[in-house]
Amino acid sequence: MEYFLQQLINGLTLGSIYGLIAIGYTMVYGIIGMINFAHGDIFMVGSFIALATFLALVAIGISALPLILFITLLVAMLFTSAWGWTVERLAYRPLRGSFRLAPLITAIGMSIVLQNFVQITQGARVKPLPPQIQGGVTLIEGVTENGTIAVQLSYMQMIIIATTLALMIGFSLLISKTSLGRSQRACEQDQKMAALLGVNVDRTISLTFVMGAALAAVAGFMFLLLYGVIDFYIGFLAGVKAFTAAVLGGIGSLPGAMLGGLLIGLIEVFWSGYFSVEYKDVAAFSILVIVLIFMPSGLLGKPEVEKV
Amino acid sequence: MSAAAKPGLMADSVKDAAVAALLVAVLGFFFFALRTDIGTGGLDLTYRWGLWFIAIAIAFGGRLLLNLFVFKTSRPITGGMSISIPEGVMSGIGRVLGPVLLLIALTLPFIVMAVYPDRDRQFIDLAILIMTYVMLGWGLNIVVGLAGLLDLGYVAFYAVGAYSFALLAQYFQIGFWTALPLAGLLAAVWGIILGYPVLRLRGDYLAIVTLAFGEIIRVVLLNWYEFTGGPDGISGIPKPSFFGLDFSRTGGFAEFFGLDYDSIHRFIYLYYIILILALITNFVTLRLRKLPIGRAWEALREDEIACRSLGINTTNTKLTAFSIGAMFGGLAGSFFATRQGFISPESFTFLESAIILAIVVLGGLGSQIGVVIASVVMIGGIEILRNLGFLKEIFGPDFEPTQYRMLIFGLAMVLIMVWKPRGIISSRNPSAVYKERKKISSDMVAQGEGH
Repeated sequence: MEYFLQQLINGLTLGSIYGLIAIGYTMVYGIIGMINFAHGDIFMVGSFIALATFLALVAIGISALPLILFITLLVAMLFTSAWGWTVERLAYRPLRGSFRLAPLITAIGMSIVLQNFVQITQGARVKPLPPQIQGGVTLIEGVTENGTIAVQLSYMQMIIIATTLALMIGFSLLISKTSLGRSQRACEQDQKMAALLGVNVDRTISLTFVMGAALAAVAGFMFLLLYGVIDFYIGFLAGVKAFTAAVLGGIGSLPGAMLGGLLIGLIEVFWSGYFSVEYKDVAAFSILVIVLIFMPSGLLGKPEVEKV
Repeated sequence: MSAAAKPGLMADSVKDAAVAALLVAVLGFFFFALRTDIGTGGLDLTYRWGLWFIAIAIAFGGRLLLNLFVFKTSRPITGGMSISIPEGVMSGIGRVLGPVLLLIALTLPFIVMAVYPDRDRQFIDLAILIMTYVMLGWGLNIVVGLAGLLDLGYVAFYAVGAYSFALLAQYFQIGFWTALPLAGLLAAVWGIILGYPVLRLRGDYLAIVTLAFGEIIRVVLLNWYEFTGGPDGISGIPKPSFFGLDFSRTGGFAEFFGLDYDSIHRFIYLYYIILILALITNFVTLRLRKLPIGRAWEALREDEIACRSLGINTTNTKLTAFSIGAMFGGLAGSFFATRQGFISPESFTFLESAIILAIVVLGGLGSQIGVVIASVVMIGGIEILRNLGFLKEIFGPDFEPTQYRMLIFGLAMVLIMVWKPRGIISSRNPSAVYKERKKISSDMVAQGEGH
């Protein structure tokens, strides 16, 4: 039981990270109907920016850890957004209205470019960062025949879950209450009509990419803090899993992306905890296949209407 | 053309270039200016302001020049490059291009041996590599170009073919020529097994499921240590023999035909094997397009609902496309195994699928010649980087051109796609014609919608 609870907490933490990345996929798919293949690599870029910022802030002598973390988060979001904007501007906007495969190919191309750019400029070796936030609270202490087993909720996990929750709430408000959110939903339903009614479609799409990248940067920073190791290749696997999360939750749906992220995180952690660590990726991919075959519109998505 | 002729051009261009430079400054700050490295006691941060300023300057200068001479002028200097060729000449070239390329391909090893006698092995090896991608491209073209099913996990079948042969050779001592059809068959069966449940998915969903399958197969190969050797792979895969003659120093091919032993013989032999396999792929594709099944594929690509209304069994039609494509992938995989002599899951990553798909799409979906051109440009192009030793003299001894290989590959993918979204070859030959046979623009063909 204690083991189960511990895995639950770990799964929710990991799931929060996947959920944040999944929002980027689901928003872009909702608005222009393409898989932004480079989004996983935007997440990776975000984690590298966070790492460099963190080290730079330490190097210039700021000692208060909360301040460092806060500034790092803001800087990473800001600069990663610039990357997200640029990728959209260079590789996707010129192909708007072209046939469907074209942006998918440029997205794969951009993914290769980002990975190799980071590999060349920052080196191929992994970057370890020692844990910055230590300690936690012991929730339950149980006694088994092998000794005691404690359910730990570390401060790190609390921060991750709390930040994700705060961002989710803020984000839902942004989509439902502001004019930007309204134009975004309008573009999602009908781009041509939205343009006729005075919505700047290009700007709205750009801002969608910017928001997705900012959330991916948060996820990247948390990944860095949680695992303490990043390299130029982390984007691919995290990206595919986050996309799985977006599909599982129902692509185009924001709460769906978050729910899907949490489920994928839980499945992965429980699978590693109870079955085998080696096949945890297979578990995530199998879920993707099964969901798509039996429930293509996902948990919270709207079923696709076939038009003749 | 001059700045005076168009007032404001210079000011516009400078402003635009400044924006570009600013963007590079922002994007590059954490990648050019700062670098993290593992040092004593954790990560060290090094500053490279010089590199950062150079990148900004290049962005500013490059953008300014592009603005002044290409983007913003009324008569860009690149205007002279796009020569308008009369249509008759173009179709004439098109008719001649295929046979000419075939002739070059058939005689290539001897041309190479005559022209570059000291580096023939390297060039023939590169030709084998390109030809492997041509074959994979043609195989995938059946699935994506003809049937319109977007497959991002094609490498799975390549892996199945390679591992089939390697495992058959390891456990049953079966030679290449016996294993080749078996590997093709196994790959086709896997195509059916993986294809059956997912073929009712559409477009991007199908793409992502095939990607997942590709990764699942790779992860299984990686972790099933007892059977596949896991990350260590399988080595000692037998080489193909020539009607029972192998290419060894004594008692082999050279001795039988009274030639002096030369290891180049094996390379030439491998080249002709892959050339014939690729040509078979091409021939089968071209013939299938004239059969009812091929017509059904193309009809399916254009409109699935219409197909269903006309009584075409869409599941079977899609499955044949998927399994025939998979079979050719498997044959190519078998060849890859015998050529390398060693395989490991490392060779079958998603990147490989992406490269094959890129070749098919960049060449022009459904165009057979396009695949050849794209393979030569993309695979041959990045291999040339290995030979740019002279750049070391310009940029210093630390400069390693090969590490920019994939970066350039990715950039080329983006640029070619933005420049020609329908691929390099932008006209198609319709399979069915009403009165006269003519080429149509590729815009009129549905592509990779994956209904």
